[in-house]
Amino acid sequence: MRASGANLVSFVAIGVLVGCGVTLLLERSLIRVLLGIVMAGNGVNLLIIFGGRSGRAPVVGVSETGAMSDALPQAMVLTAIVITFGFTAFLLAISYRSWYLTGSDDVPDDLEDRQIVRRAAHKEVSTADLSDDRAESDPEQVDAPAPRRPPRQEGPE
Amino acid sequence: MRALAALPVLLPLLGAALTLLLATRDRPQRVVSVACLAATLAVAAVLLVRTYRNGPLVVEIGGWPAPVGIVLVADQLAALMLVVSSAVTLCVLLYSIGQGQSEASESAPVAIFHPTYLVLTAGVTNAFLAGDLFNLFVAFEMLLGASFVLITLNGTPLRIRTGSTYVVVNILASMIFLISVGLVYAATGTLNLAHLAHRLDALPDTLRLSLQLMLLLAFGIKAAVFPLSAWLPDSYPTAPAPVTAVFAGLLTKVGVYAIIRTQTLLFPGPRAAALLLVVAGLTMLVGILGAVAQSDLKRLLSFTLVSHIGYMIFGIGLSTVAGLVGAIFYVVHHITIQTALFLVTGLVEEKTGSTDLRRLGGLARITPLLGVLFFVSAMNLAGIPPFSGFLGKLGLLQAGVAAGGPLPWILVALGTSTSLLTLYVASRVWSIAFWRAPGEALASTAPLPTLMVGATVALVALGVALTVVAGPLFEVTTGAAVDLHERTPYIHAVLPGGRP
Repeated sequence: MRASGANLVSFVAIGVLVGCGVTLLLERSLIRVLLGIVMAGNGVNLLIIFGGRSGRAPVVGVSETGAMSDALPQAMVLTAIVITFGFTAFLLAISYRSWYLTGSDDVPDDLEDRQIVRRAAHKEVSTADLSDDRAESDPEQVDAPAPRRPPRQEGPE
Repeated sequence: MRALAALPVLLPLLGAALTLLLATRDRPQRVVSVACLAATLAVAAVLLVRTYRNGPLVVEIGGWPAPVGIVLVADQLAALMLVVSSAVTLCVLLYSIGQGQSEASESAPVAIFHPTYLVLTAGVTNAFLAGDLFNLFVAFEMLLGASFVLITLNGTPLRIRTGSTYVVVNILASMIFLISVGLVYAATGTLNLAHLAHRLDALPDTLRLSLQLMLLLAFGIKAAVFPLSAWLPDSYPTAPAPVTAVFAGLLTKVGVYAIIRTQTLLFPGPRAAALLLVVAGLTMLVGILGAVAQSDLKRLLSFTLVSHIGYMIFGIGLSTVAGLVGAIFYVVHHITIQTALFLVTGLVEEKTGSTDLRRLGGLARITPLLGVLFFVSAMNLAGIPPFSGFLGKLGLLQAGVAAGGPLPWILVALGTSTSLLTLYVASRVWSIAFWRAPGEALASTAPLPTLMVGATVALVALGVALTVVAGPLFEVTTGAAVDLHERTPYIHAVLPGGRP
């Protein structure tokens, strides 16, 4: 339909960025996950850019109408960059908070996984029934009546 | 009059700005946000009446006409969703004010709850009204950004752990959505939904199908459809009660709404029907079996939430008008009732300090009102007549029977068994937490805050009232489904000149 700006180099660049991003996303450490999201996000942004026609600056009076690049993908990418920026900042804050609270930014196993591991360790066969009191040691199973507004943790800021 | 369709987005955003300015003052903050959401509800009601009488309402933002400019489109489906979502967000806001969730405190020095909550509302309403794919993406990001803040409120270790899963999964889903948006634009040169409806028809079938599946994947994660649902029961239960309630009620339904919109408008026909039906069946079954195995009330409800998403996907997968009617009715019912159940759970937690079934007991004797509230909503969810859950399920099952064929019949059987299993889960919770002798979790003697109870009662009553207004509601959902199925009312409203 339209001349696209895509070429082999751009596809390789997108592939490498998204590939590295996905590899990093599979890591446990939140910082690596964050880096993965940033890389894959940039790959996606490139993909959008190359989805539009390439050409001269799309300014009326500066370049001819026929030779202009497509301005819409560029506008979309700007929006996407801003959004990725915001989310990156938030994820950075989360991983800092996680490190601050637990001393590491690794994402731990979820509740079901922990229960299965515990059952396997006790060679239990049956699933959860109401007399199962071993789950009491799990912080997510025992909701100690949390204060409505938990006090701020003391520590170096 | 046309500008009315922009107000449901503008009002909450304006409110968010105002409440941020009033961050240090509790009372004005509350007044502003309650007023904003009440006004949004009023506007949504007017929109519903208007779209029912006169057809879709289109606002061209900045005055640029449709395929070029951004449009907000309020058709019957969008207006109906707006009414339900504003009513629910208003109730939950009152509830959280009653709980004191919204105030500034030692651990959250800036009272961030109100602004974030209003941005979340704006994101939800914008998603319902979005008339082009990229605007839909931005709406999703708005509500996601706000939900990230709400799910990690106060930054406790537990919320940080579950929140990080939620954040990463949802960013990934957004990325897949963004890739699909980029590919759709590269293939067609437009993102306006009505315009796309024309242009996608001209694409080769395989390309069309891959675009459809990409979008389905992105929305499937947001809607928590079975193979993509594991993140939900892991991350929702740890958030504060009102936050879980509004997430459970609305956020997954925004995903379902996006599936309905794109599957009917952009990719009509039964191409993905078999896939949707299989996924719907698995979602129902796996979700409810997960719920059977849980011993924590909040996690249990999260699993039933996943399970009942299956019903809506079932209705969409039938790709008949009757199926769509059932799906839309079910969305309305489920938004109300799932939120109500989570609010009741919040009240249980407020009263006893626990939602663990091993520790709860005798609640019906301690607080009879709580017992009534839970019983009514749980029976409503399970689909006991005469509640709206029964009507919604009946509509879907009838549509399945009418569609005929092996797959719809299997789905009808699965839907019935899921309903029965939901009843089993509900009665298990009822007999353990409410009926047996009081457990070790000691109920506090302090009475529950009136506003919290009032908001919950209002929402449960709304769920019951859906039965009373079922006739008119079915009329509206039928109108919406017929419009969706025909596609032309939407397309002609956005592009008045017909084919551009």
